[in-house]
Amino acid sequence: MQTKLSVRRQDPESQQPGSRMQEYTIEVPEHYTVLDALIKVREEVDPSLAIRCSCRAAICGSCAVRVNGRARLACNTKLTNVTPEDGVVVVEPAGNQPVVKDLVVDLGVFWSKIRAVAPYLQPEGPEPEEEYIAPNESMLLLTEVMGCIMCGACVSDCTALEVDSNFLGPAALAKAFRFTEDPRDGADADRLHNLNEYGGVWDCTRCMMCVEVCPKGVAPMDRIMALRERVMDAGMTNTVGYRHVAAFAESVEHAGWLDETMLAVKSWGMFNVPKLIAALPIGLRALKRGKLPMPAPFHKKRPGHENVARIFKRLEGKK
Amino acid sequence: MKYAFYPGCVSRGGAPELYTSTLAVAEKLGLELEEIVGAACTGAGVLQEKGLKLGDTLNARTFAMAERMGHTTIVNICSTCQGVMAQANYRLLNTPGYLEEINEILKEEGLEYQGRVVIKHLAWVLVEEIGLDALRPLIVRPLTELHIAPFYGCYILRPSWALGIDENPGREQYLEQIIEACGGEPVNFPGRTKCCGFPILMINERNSLAMVGNHTLSAKDHGADAMVTPCPLCHLNLDGYQPKASSQKGTKINMPILHLPQLVGMAMGLSDRELGMHRHVVSTKDVMAKASVRA
Repeated sequence: MQTKLSVRRQDPESQQPGSRMQEYTIEVPEHYTVLDALIKVREEVDPSLAIRCSCRAAICGSCAVRVNGRARLACNTKLTNVTPEDGVVVVEPAGNQPVVKDLVVDLGVFWSKIRAVAPYLQPEGPEPEEEYIAPNESMLLLTEVMGCIMCGACVSDCTALEVDSNFLGPAALAKAFRFTEDPRDGADADRLHNLNEYGGVWDCTRCMMCVEVCPKGVAPMDRIMALRERVMDAGMTNTVGYRHVAAFAESVEHAGWLDETMLAVKSWGMFNVPKLIAALPIGLRALKRGKLPMPAPFHKKRPGHENVARIFKRLEGKK
Repeated sequence: MKYAFYPGCVSRGGAPELYTSTLAVAEKLGLELEEIVGAACTGAGVLQEKGLKLGDTLNARTFAMAERMGHTTIVNICSTCQGVMAQANYRLLNTPGYLEEINEILKEEGLEYQGRVVIKHLAWVLVEEIGLDALRPLIVRPLTELHIAPFYGCYILRPSWALGIDENPGREQYLEQIIEACGGEPVNFPGRTKCCGFPILMINERNSLAMVGNHTLSAKDHGADAMVTPCPLCHLNLDGYQPKASSQKGTKINMPILHLPQLVGMAMGLSDRELGMHRHVVSTKDVMAKASVRA
């Protein structure tokens, strides 16, 4: 079959920085992957095209690129599955990382974030005489996270990283989860303390992009949410993130639904006067347009709210 | 057509124009929306951080209530409610023993979820149940002058397996199809399936505003007169916080943000008052003026 690839080309070190799209039309067998096609282009059409790959079997994680705007491993993406109606498959370098050349990005940023979460076991207490033993069931929880091949697809499409390079990002946070949940690790308190800081677990937008693009089912966002639960359970309560979850739960538990106005006030902090003053113009604008719901005690409870409270009590042990 | 209706918290709180415009459009479409009285908040992904099972139980309770009302389809007008409910339903139906475990809790209230509920956003109901061919004859004011950028956001698309995207790949294009059926021109732009920033608005306002600024400016750069969203949370951020995002970017943005039923209602000839346009922060005057131009 004939396939058309539109590839984003760029060479930051050349005389002409900036990028351009270059189209290649080649004949390929139907079973070809995006990577097969790119290699064929490089070998038969344009030897100047830079791509990175190694295993060609979705194990090494080298060939993450954006195909039609979404991060994928080029080696396990069949052309026939991603060819749109107009017949042109758009291939671009992975996002949120500097481009070295064409489809090759600099993984330095990726690795610096992984290193920042201390991605190694830190056992406490005296060393055992033989090996560290971990019960099977505790490791089962970690099998999916340990399946990460460090391809950076999640980092490429992370919507929080796109606006804030300080964010640790999905891959590093999933890696952090891998160690906080390991029963052999003894550095939980330090780890959770660091993850509770700016750039850590609370800066995730919950957009699920990483869950969607991960080729290995690591589901980084789900791990970030589990880490949020861990930092809250560890008593780290002096964050807007914590207060937001607590105020949200309190509102639903008592009224069956959300008291949006009180949620905002309680999330920022009831006594956070500068923040509340800063929010006044937005509040007044909403009030003027009839968009500021009445807060408690005027917030009406939903019929049957006592049944909702009962579910809270049963599952969260509340009185 | 009669459905169970879940309006969500925001359409009766911070975005009341979504509620009223939905009812106005539903009447024109002949949709009977029977509200699930007493249904709890879905948790919006936030309660789920506290406990996944807590959120799933509250949603299973809502599904059981809909079944008791004799319905098999729940209609959402909020993408976040749609996504959170769909994820809960996916876990309830695909995790061995989970549904029974949760029904044990619901039993105390005399409820039992049979696992028969389908959860659909209004956009899906428009395309899959009513059909665009049935919608077209109701369009009395085709939006021929308008370029509309669809902003899907997150929860109506991801995770794709819980939202049934594999079985219905068209769901990634329904907003474009509805815009076209209303006579408008869909505008493609890079931010269409990204996060609006609302979930981190209180936690990291700078990042949240940067997202608002990026998406609205990008839509503008691609020639959009307005954006349309199926999610009231996206609306709260993209509309309500646009002036602040504008200051952060140091440039005027002025991008009107429409709720999905407002777009459809506009094409059906409903007035700006009926659609609650006066409640928007960014004026929709120019959009309404362009909508009034006859083809």
